[in-house]
Amino acid sequence: MLEIRDLVAAYGDVRALSGVTLSVGSGEIVALLGPNGAGKSTLLKSIAGLLRPRAGAIRWEGEDLRSVGAHLIVERGLAMVPEGRRLFGSMTVEENLELGAFAARARPRKRANLDRVYALFPVLSERRRQIVRALSGGQQQMVAVGRALMTNPKLLMLDEPSLGLAPRLVRSILEALVEINRGGVAVFLVEQNVQAALTLAHRGYVLEAGRIVGEGRGADLLRDPHVRRAYLGPLA
Amino acid sequence: MILAQQLLLGLLIGGIYGLAAAGLSLVFGVLKVLNVAHGELIMLGGYGAFWAVALLGIDPFASLLLVLPLSLLLGLALYWALFGFVVRADEETRVKNSLLIGFGLALALHALAVRLWTADERSIITPYGGAVISVGDLSIPVVRLLSLALAFALIGGLHLLLTHWRWGQAIRATADDWQAALLTGIDVRRAYLLAFAIGTGLAGAAGTLVSIGYSISPSIGLEWTLKALIVVVLAGLGSMIGTFVGGLFLGLAEAASAAAFGGPYREVVGLVIFVVVLVLRPRGLFGR
Repeated sequence: MLEIRDLVAAYGDVRALSGVTLSVGSGEIVALLGPNGAGKSTLLKSIAGLLRPRAGAIRWEGEDLRSVGAHLIVERGLAMVPEGRRLFGSMTVEENLELGAFAARARPRKRANLDRVYALFPVLSERRRQIVRALSGGQQQMVAVGRALMTNPKLLMLDEPSLGLAPRLVRSILEALVEINRGGVAVFLVEQNVQAALTLAHRGYVLEAGRIVGEGRGADLLRDPHVRRAYLGPLA
Repeated sequence: MILAQQLLLGLLIGGIYGLAAAGLSLVFGVLKVLNVAHGELIMLGGYGAFWAVALLGIDPFASLLLVLPLSLLLGLALYWALFGFVVRADEETRVKNSLLIGFGLALALHALAVRLWTADERSIITPYGGAVISVGDLSIPVVRLLSLALAFALIGGLHLLLTHWRWGQAIRATADDWQAALLTGIDVRRAYLLAFAIGTGLAGAAGTLVSIGYSISPSIGLEWTLKALIVVVLAGLGSMIGTFVGGLFLGLAEAASAAAFGGPYREVVGLVIFVVVLVLRPRGLFGR
């Protein structure tokens, strides 16, 4: 469904990605692991159209996305939950979610998707009239995931959704992702929480210094000595 | 009693300050571009109304129905020709470039107005211009009261537009975080275009009210840009109702300082407010 080949991206003279190749199939949960500065966010931003790559191809259902505007990429069924949530801070929970249904592909299913999000995160339903800035970090993350779901995506990309959350909340966000995936949405998950990410992912890639240095099934990567040493600490 | 009368007049002009500031605030908040030619757009709106009344013989308040849509179109044209290029730059460069373009535009519009209408002061004379409503010892000029009511109605309409219209919500979302707006499928460039056009429309409407209740000349632009900027700083970004209240506050403060220290000090109080707010509460009274 999503095919990335030899992708090169840079900020000015600083290379962030030097030839990344990976793919996400329909219905899959794929994890992307890697340390800070490896280029994970850069990769997601390139796919979402927020950053123009220097070279390589991003193909989505056969179409090259590199010259498609970010707002039109949403129309093609790719949604992204950006790092740091990036909510519309001055608006209520419901306004944030409703704006998620701005795209033409999402408008007809707005009501149904809103119900789906509230079923997934019942606490948001209770807080629907609150300004999002007043919510806790975990609840804000739920709004961010919910807003992306409102675009009615085929593929949901998430940039470190567990960042800064208490373990209990991390679990409930990740469980929600499994639930979303069961509904037929592919998930591409960027995480530093390797254990959690690989437990739920079907496949994973390891990105270091702008290159893919490992890939495999989630369970295999979890047993891989290199991955264990690098991401789970010497005692793991 | 004279003080009360002065404060009343301050309040009446304050509504126009609020309307003048709303357009500037919208453009600044959404495009992150400071349009220093905003006052010149107000001036043009004033002359538009002046022409509508002088050439077509329509009622000055009815000229709003002409000036408002024409100003919107002017806003579209200005965005396509000038400001659309500025917003492609990153935010730091944006403010710099917009200042250069804004000052250039202000000079050009000023020269254009001198050519078209001469440098003389004009104001629109209405048949009911001298009418007053007396409440106790206060006399309320009907024209200015109507202007205040219209300014309030326009701000209220803008508020509804921004909260209930699909693209109004998109404009607010873009103001909050344009990248997040893109990620929800909003065409951010179009949100910029609409915000700029609406901002110019509001400037035109404000200009119309200025030319009816007060007076216009080609050189009033800078003064109005400054008033609008003071109100924006005072009220903060993000709430149009707050901006309107900020305008009323500036009008009152000007009247109070003119009463306390004499007429020449009317303008000073605004600048003092500007500095004090920036030092003590940089996001403004109602800023988000």
